[in-house]
Amino acid sequence: MSTAVKKEHRSARPERGGPATMVEAIRQGIWEEMERDPTVFVIGEDVGAFGGAFKVTDGLIDEFGKERVIDTPISEGAIVGAACGAALMGMRPVAEFQFIDFISAGFDLLTNYAAKCRYRWGAGIPAVFRGPCGSGVRSGPFHSLNAEAFFLNTAGLKIVEPSTAYDAKGLIKAAIRDPDPVLYFEHKKLYRLPRLREDLPADDYIVEIGKAKVVREGRDLTIITFGAMVLTALDAAEELEKEGLDVEVIDLRTLAPLDKATILASVKKTSRVIILHEASRTGGIGGEIAALLSEEAFEWLDAPIIRLASIDTPVPYSPPLEDYYLPQTKDVVSAARKLAAY
Amino acid sequence: MAEQPTKTSRKSEQGAHAKRRDRPPGPRFEMRISTKYAPHEPSEGKPLTCTDETSLKPDQLLELYRYLKLTRLVEERLVNLYRQTKVVGGVFRSLGQEATAVGTAYALQPGDFITPLIRDLGAVLVKGIRPRDIFAQYMAKAWGPSGGRDLNIHFGDMGKGFIGPISHLGDMIPVMTGILIGARMQKKEIVAVAYIGDGGMSTGAFHEGLNFAAVQRLPLLVIAEYNHFAYSTPTSLQTACRDLAEKAAGYGIPSHIVDGNDVVACYEVTKHAADYARRGGGAVLIEAKTYRRKGHAEHDDQRYVAPDEIEWWEKHNDPVDRFEKYLLEKNVAKQDKLDEIVSEVTRAIEEDCAWAESSPLPEGEKAAYGVFDNSIVPPAFRPPVLEK
Repeated sequence: MSTAVKKEHRSARPERGGPATMVEAIRQGIWEEMERDPTVFVIGEDVGAFGGAFKVTDGLIDEFGKERVIDTPISEGAIVGAACGAALMGMRPVAEFQFIDFISAGFDLLTNYAAKCRYRWGAGIPAVFRGPCGSGVRSGPFHSLNAEAFFLNTAGLKIVEPSTAYDAKGLIKAAIRDPDPVLYFEHKKLYRLPRLREDLPADDYIVEIGKAKVVREGRDLTIITFGAMVLTALDAAEELEKEGLDVEVIDLRTLAPLDKATILASVKKTSRVIILHEASRTGGIGGEIAALLSEEAFEWLDAPIIRLASIDTPVPYSPPLEDYYLPQTKDVVSAARKLAAY
Repeated sequence: MAEQPTKTSRKSEQGAHAKRRDRPPGPRFEMRISTKYAPHEPSEGKPLTCTDETSLKPDQLLELYRYLKLTRLVEERLVNLYRQTKVVGGVFRSLGQEATAVGTAYALQPGDFITPLIRDLGAVLVKGIRPRDIFAQYMAKAWGPSGGRDLNIHFGDMGKGFIGPISHLGDMIPVMTGILIGARMQKKEIVAVAYIGDGGMSTGAFHEGLNFAAVQRLPLLVIAEYNHFAYSTPTSLQTACRDLAEKAAGYGIPSHIVDGNDVVACYEVTKHAADYARRGGGAVLIEAKTYRRKGHAEHDDQRYVAPDEIEWWEKHNDPVDRFEKYLLEKNVAKQDKLDEIVSEVTRAIEEDCAWAESSPLPEGEKAAYGVFDNSIVPPAFRPPVLEK
């Protein structure tokens, strides 16, 4: 029940809407949900007095108290298990992993307990498991993970990852209100990116889980991506436009269950596809999407499907190494040229 | 017979945590009764019965007897069904250790929660789950509480305070911690009991869960069943501790060792611990010394057990025999009353078993439902390419 230290200052309640970065948008979303619904609570490491490693939960403890903002030991198994138990009691936990890399320490309870409870005996687990993911921030092998592929093969977990402040707020609210467990991945590179700062509506809204978004319309080629790679894809699309190539970009937003309809509609229009993601190539979500297109859009394809993903190594620390590891804008541009030449 | 002295909570309570600056002064955990446990060695003196020190009334004692017999006879019926190949998976017996599950669960109040292990069928029955549900589960029937999706006691009933375990031992300790966190926010004054064994206590999840419950001062009772084996592995290969109760010191919580084959003592210790926890004392570890007389499951030939060991426990330290002796010696009931209870239990079991046998198996397509709330995400049907 006790928190680490007594805080000197009190962080202000976030504005309802207004200009916000992604991290502010998530904080707004959690704060508003805790105000709206007394069953919503936050649990994780250093989420209380410290406000979380990235300040997503800053100020919540002053407003909602330590019963609803629970600092835990360094125990991801305890965090996930306790979130599941509280959810069974009708609460709506928002559990934080300090970095999504540490989700591996809660893997057993996520995949065996949270994911299977409804199927086994009809007891839904309305819990959100969130945390900062993503590479490109020079953080090395243990603070850069993209974890989605670890969970795609587990029935019972929804997975979302926003790439805009608007979606971040709408998706965290939707995840909290969802009757099933949702993994909510936040790309840490996007948290405070000025480019993503936008005016959020003052009114309550959600972004529906399971719906992808066409973030740029085009006729010639589709890039299917999500998270920070949406920006890479948009940058590449702008460059390709100068060459007369009209690129469509899909931000998946939800990785499980996939929005097949949006993906298929786009591919049937453009007939050329690049799947772009940050996690390593082998066994990544790109393979799953490629297989889906092969099964359900084969006759519409005019060229092979290209997967652009990181190389099959851990995420390296040094900038030249990490830049080599990650797909870059120039890689997307050259892959698109190849596809267009078919 | 040489009996070991009772290990009380005192030792673990006098550790460095006694004066923790941020721990509010709470109740002390002191057992009123001395519950000795019987070590495994030939009995020389008087046959073992149960402790005299009890607040249980005669009708409660007879109810305990009913649950003990119910547990044993339900399992015997399951073995019959298994031999008739009607059980789809394995059958896991609690033979010889029924008193631990029954006695501890009987000490709880209706709103309290339990999460049992596979060998705690007795606790599940005490919490009000009907034998018919158990039979249907073992036979993978459509009418079972999981509709054939999961096995044996792997289901739950929130209304009855029963949360079934999963196969991953230790995982339920953090889950029960969460149950209590939820209850605290809802201002419910409940306690939760999590059963664990000498094997399950070796897991990381056990440690993470109990440590968190202790830090949060949650009313979690952990019943650690020392039954000598985890599958085939003896306790000496699980832990360097002599007693599982020693582990409590590492969490700053009190512990107590009880004779797990004395159903009355199991009740009394748990009742006391539950009162303490409910008053705000926090988590308690109760170690129950017992013995697993059957193999891990029905297929297990127990080749790893020392000769005569099982026979010794059967002859000298059977929990049902001990309680029967107790009831007769104390004049709680005459033999014909006990026989009457057994006939009633047998009748009830046959009725429930017949009901479960009459259930159909689930239709295959039912496999697709229920991964998510299907009003939001459609069922996971087979892809059209596989259908005609």
